[in-house]
Amino acid sequence: MSEAAVKMNWFQTLRERYAHPSALSKIGVLGMNRRNVSYISRYNPRHLFPLVDDKLQTKELALEAGVKVPDLIGVISEQHAVKDLSYILQRCSSGFCIKPAHGSGGKGIMVITRQSEEGYRKSNGQFANIGDLERHVSNILAGLFSLGGRADVAIIEDLIHFDDCFSGFSYEGVPDTRVIVFRGFPVMAMMRLSTAASNGKANLHQGAVGVGLDIGDGHALRAVQFDKPILLHPDTGLNMMTLNVPHWEEVLTLAVSCYEMSGLGYLGTDIVLDRFKGPMLLELNARPGLTIQIANGKGLLPRLRQIEKLSHKKRMSVADRVAYAREHFTDHQ
Amino acid sequence: MASRTPFYILVSLLFLAGTALTLHRHIAFDIPWFPGEQRQTWSIEAKIDFEASGDPVTARLAIPSTQPGYTQLNQQTASPGYGLSFLERETGTYAEWSKREANGNQSLYYKVDMLVDPFAIPDEQNMVQNVKPNVEKEPYATAAKMILERATERSSSNYTLARELIHEFNNQEQTAELLAQVKPKTVWIAQLLQEAGVPARRIHALELEDGRRRQSLIEYIQVFDGEEFDVFNPETGDQGQADNLLLWQYHSGPVLEVIGATNAQVSFSMISQEQPFNIALNQKFADNEWLNFSLYTLPLEEQAIFKGILLIPVGVLIVVLMRILVGIKTSGTFMPVLIAMAFIQTSLMTGLIGFLLIVGVGLMIRSYLSYLNLLLVARISAVIIMVIGMIAIFSIMAYKFGLTEGMKITFFPMIILAWTIERMSILWEEEGAKEVMIQGGGSLLVAILAYLAMNLDWVRHLTFNFMGIQLILMAITLVAGSYTGYRLLELKRFKPLTKLDKS
Repeated sequence: MSEAAVKMNWFQTLRERYAHPSALSKIGVLGMNRRNVSYISRYNPRHLFPLVDDKLQTKELALEAGVKVPDLIGVISEQHAVKDLSYILQRCSSGFCIKPAHGSGGKGIMVITRQSEEGYRKSNGQFANIGDLERHVSNILAGLFSLGGRADVAIIEDLIHFDDCFSGFSYEGVPDTRVIVFRGFPVMAMMRLSTAASNGKANLHQGAVGVGLDIGDGHALRAVQFDKPILLHPDTGLNMMTLNVPHWEEVLTLAVSCYEMSGLGYLGTDIVLDRFKGPMLLELNARPGLTIQIANGKGLLPRLRQIEKLSHKKRMSVADRVAYAREHFTDHQ
Repeated sequence: MASRTPFYILVSLLFLAGTALTLHRHIAFDIPWFPGEQRQTWSIEAKIDFEASGDPVTARLAIPSTQPGYTQLNQQTASPGYGLSFLERETGTYAEWSKREANGNQSLYYKVDMLVDPFAIPDEQNMVQNVKPNVEKEPYATAAKMILERATERSSSNYTLARELIHEFNNQEQTAELLAQVKPKTVWIAQLLQEAGVPARRIHALELEDGRRRQSLIEYIQVFDGEEFDVFNPETGDQGQADNLLLWQYHSGPVLEVIGATNAQVSFSMISQEQPFNIALNQKFADNEWLNFSLYTLPLEEQAIFKGILLIPVGVLIVVLMRILVGIKTSGTFMPVLIAMAFIQTSLMTGLIGFLLIVGVGLMIRSYLSYLNLLLVARISAVIIMVIGMIAIFSIMAYKFGLTEGMKITFFPMIILAWTIERMSILWEEEGAKEVMIQGGGSLLVAILAYLAMNLDWVRHLTFNFMGIQLILMAITLVAGSYTGYRLLELKRFKPLTKLDKS
């Protein structure tokens, strides 16, 4: 092969693997630098971050604002209180979950689906005894799962009975819906479904499936795993395009009311659907990731700019904003 | 959004100030853009010989100081058994040797290094004091007056008068011979110029030529015209100082005075040397307080420390660019810079092997520690102790196997290593080995890049010699901080989005 041909080949590989910056900006893809400079640091006041980084504070805030969250069973904040765990657990009859208040990305969350004589049944079918649970709580308090290893608090909350409509779409784990809310408008949504590859976790970079959702009616637009488009669920084989999130209006309304309660202009809300109680807020994120664009096959920038141009947003109610978003950010015209 | 104009003004001010400072250093202090440039210096040795006869001896030699074209660096003497002191007098700077009892042939040595330096800042050049007019005996007075009158007629200024006077001495041979009976020609010329109201004096200069030995000083006439002066060759009347002419004694005094001995004479030998500019500058600035803000005024040890400190911004800039423009993930924001600093001490290969060895073994031991369920502070402390233990063991092992390179492992910052191990270990538990490889590899890659940049002689030279570079680095960092474009790795990450558009 001649030298020139080698050069050409190399250039072609580069063009195949890398997008031209102008191609990305044409679609309006939001990059990490612009997200940090133009959105997070401009719309999210620093002093509000602790509200969303601490799940306990978020919960209290949500309860005040009347936003539905999973019921709090108990909080353990001191090492010596760990032995009270079995006493606290008597308060709930069925399942519960233990999570660190400062955990991120689903780390350190232990889900117990049922309590019985054999012990505590974990979501993967194994049984744990009270000693295992106490060790887990102790680890949480020591900061094993929190950002930077800071000392943490363990939260015990009611189990989410997730809606049957998602059975088959998710392998173990709870499917949750991420809605990006920008200045009170829902701009983009996706559902995160755990897979065997992601070990039952809903983290996209660990192999969970991301499904882009239409803001208009909550139906699936596109599904990706490891940033590559897929059609069928890798474990259950269900066609992902048949996914349709029920109670869509409620989901969006819940997401939008998180803007009111947190004051963060650029916000990621994680919402789960409970079989009995409907949409509930799981957690908030002040630095939502960018993969949602790949799941939707769209860039965020055009929608963000459209919202930034609105001048009469102050006068719009929650319902108006949801309606505005459902009208403008949908594929069905 | 607030206007960005103040920001851009700040950045351009920083950039301009940095550039201006840098150019100023280059132009005003002759600091070259590239390292390894040489500067010429002359080592000149004066040898004084005399015969002593057992009496107390005092020998006084005029010595040169910084003058236009030459900067005096260091000076040495060799004179066993003699007391030595340097004297500042109106008639110049002298080295004075003294001894109570000297016998036979004596040799004293004085050596001075002169830097060829177009930017030399001369010590204050003293003007010629007006000497009392000598009353000469006849017929010398008339002869001298005649020569002066003729020269005055044909001249228009101080310089031309000097030239014409020298020409008269050359043309009127008989008169010149007559005058030479009382004193040398150069003394006459200087004296006549003085009488005519022109400040002038006899000076002694040395013609510099590489490798010459047993040279003697040549007499010149120095003539002032206001603040300016010029030198004249008393034989030919040529005006101007040749580039290789070093003025040795130019304060109207004698070159050598020896009291208590006979047959005193002084001879000179010289060699030309090429010195790296920084050594030359170090010597030049060693005792110059007037010099504006320069690191060369610090003691050598502090200079060495600053050489390292001033490199850090370069490493930091590399990290900033790698993270903002490329999007490489590193564990710990500036950990790569610290690792790169360690690499500079250890050399790259040794550093890399040592780093991987310590972190690898550290991760294994740390995975055991995580079973113990320790509190964070205690766990990190345990890791630090463990790292120190490992460094000790590796050093001893390396030494036993005769690998002295292995000893350099101690240059790694231990606390940083401990934190790296801790972070990697948590990352491993939380995100799996793949993420550890990505972040660890990213950190090492950035560290190596930072090392390569910081280890460049040229970069070290620029950061150390030009403070303005720091301002420029600052400006670049600020600009990078407001970059909102895509990162290189994002072009790859979001590639699927562009394909979607076409289908």
